[in-house]
Amino acid sequence: MSSQGIDVKYVADLARLQLSDEEIATFQKQLTDILGYVAQLQQVDVSSVEAITASAPTSNNLRSDDLKPSISAEAALANSPSQSDNLFIVPRMVE
Amino acid sequence: MMMKLIHSSITELRKQLVTKEITPLEVVDALVARIEAVDPQVKAYLHLDADAAREAAKNADISKPLGGVPIAIKDVLNVKGDPCTCASRILKGYIAPYDATAITKLRDAGAILLGRTNMDEFAMGSSTENSSWGSTRNPWSLEHIPGGSSGGSAAAVGAHTAFAALGSDTGGSIRQPAALCGCVGLKPTYGRVSRYGLVAFASSLDQIGPFTKTVSDAALLMNVLSGHDSLDNTSSRETVPDYTARLDCGVKGMRLGVPKEYFIEGIDPQVNAAVKAAIEKYKELGAEIVEISLPHTEHAVAVYYIIATAEASANLARFDGVRYGHRTAKEFPASILVNGEKEKVNQVLEMYRHTRAEGFGPEVKRRIILGTYVLSSGYADAYYKHAQKVQELIRQDFTKAFQKVDAILTPTSPTAAFKAGERTASPLQMYLADIFTIAVNLAGVCGISLPCGFTEPTADVPKLPIGLQIIGPNWGEETILRVARAYEQSTTWHTELPPL
Repeated sequence: MSSQGIDVKYVADLARLQLSDEEIATFQKQLTDILGYVAQLQQVDVSSVEAITASAPTSNNLRSDDLKPSISAEAALANSPSQSDNLFIVPRMVE
Repeated sequence: MMMKLIHSSITELRKQLVTKEITPLEVVDALVARIEAVDPQVKAYLHLDADAAREAAKNADISKPLGGVPIAIKDVLNVKGDPCTCASRILKGYIAPYDATAITKLRDAGAILLGRTNMDEFAMGSSTENSSWGSTRNPWSLEHIPGGSSGGSAAAVGAHTAFAALGSDTGGSIRQPAALCGCVGLKPTYGRVSRYGLVAFASSLDQIGPFTKTVSDAALLMNVLSGHDSLDNTSSRETVPDYTARLDCGVKGMRLGVPKEYFIEGIDPQVNAAVKAAIEKYKELGAEIVEISLPHTEHAVAVYYIIATAEASANLARFDGVRYGHRTAKEFPASILVNGEKEKVNQVLEMYRHTRAEGFGPEVKRRIILGTYVLSSGYADAYYKHAQKVQELIRQDFTKAFQKVDAILTPTSPTAAFKAGERTASPLQMYLADIFTIAVNLAGVCGISLPCGFTEPTADVPKLPIGLQIIGPNWGEETILRVARAYEQSTTWHTELPPL
């Protein structure tokens, strides 16, 4: 693991989170502590691990490709903060 | 009579309903009266529609397995027509447009859905203090937290303001609050219960499970909740047994493992003593106690905070102010002047960034950032992939252990409930509250917590419940319920009432 540490402002930008300077400072300290704690994993010898299995033994779950009822467009749109003509409205993104 | 009714288990309630000694409406009325009397102090409920519950009670079909039984639901499960906020400002005003599969199954079994319970925001936390709508208190001491993240469900069942409740468990969020509130909480094997309609936190670890007053009631609920669902492709086709059938078979001749890594420094001496006494009780009941080792236990919390936050950062990307929930009221100009030059502003991006900043609380932001970091270019191999390999070692620990024993006995939590505000300053300290429950999720196996004693009351702190965790292999719910039931039948901890 890298010793350079986390750049909270940069990572928050990747995660689409606007942070205040105060939040950046707090998270910088707290996340540095947490990353310091998880660094213990570096000591674990994982050379014996060949394949990672799922949380429980599973195989592919297949089903037939049938049309089934689902929620209506009106119901899907009902919780939207902005909608019109059966569409979600977002700020302009194409000139 | 009504007081006695409130303290009934579901099994007792059902007997009275079937013999028509009471009606479902009387049950709902008694429960609503209890909630109105007690919940202003405990604050387990976020939303309660008593009239809808009374309406459902009038139409309840007593012939069904949960006919006429009211059940409370953690605010993370979609119940059609009810709010579902995950205790987050970002989902304020959201009304669920469909039922989660677990909810459909409860309805089909005749249950009455009554109320939505408080939680840590998006199930991230161990004390229910991360709720955007205020914290819940422990029914045994109002100055103490109920545990988390399903703290509202645990406190409601512990306070007897619910006969049972549903919760979700990603790293201990059912078992830890059950232990701290003195009730029974079961985390099923991954894939046992459909996750459809459960708002996802860490999809490879999340499971829905019941909170109940007794082990028999947990078996009853597992009969209803379990099974394959075509709407959740990770739900299993493994046969669902009748979990009540072998409940009373006892533990004679069973081999129960005690892992040395779970009895460490830092565990509260009273918790240690209560769990050791429970182990002695199992010897008396005819079980063979076997010392075992789960050597990678100490790394579970570190692995969890990489895997779970990585998945959370992806799952919570959907909250962007477009399809549901909060959207920032701020408007962004199409361009701004930077050093006299006109620079274009990406208005959609700004809307996302501010919506999420306003909608998410600090713990959720912290985990999104951590999860984004461990998956980011240059770090994914060192953190995420490495953690997955250690997770595999943890899983192998359990596989090896279950070749020797039928079930494993541990404390559920290293301490009893702690005081509100005590750990909020240090996220890392809070994370360590789940040290004994997290490995179970990482391995995918099942676990149950049940009451096994109380702390000694002091001048400042009343007695607080202590939980025993019983861990079983994949699809071992029948075994852990049977082991739990044997202990419950030979002790009286579950019959004690909180001072409310």
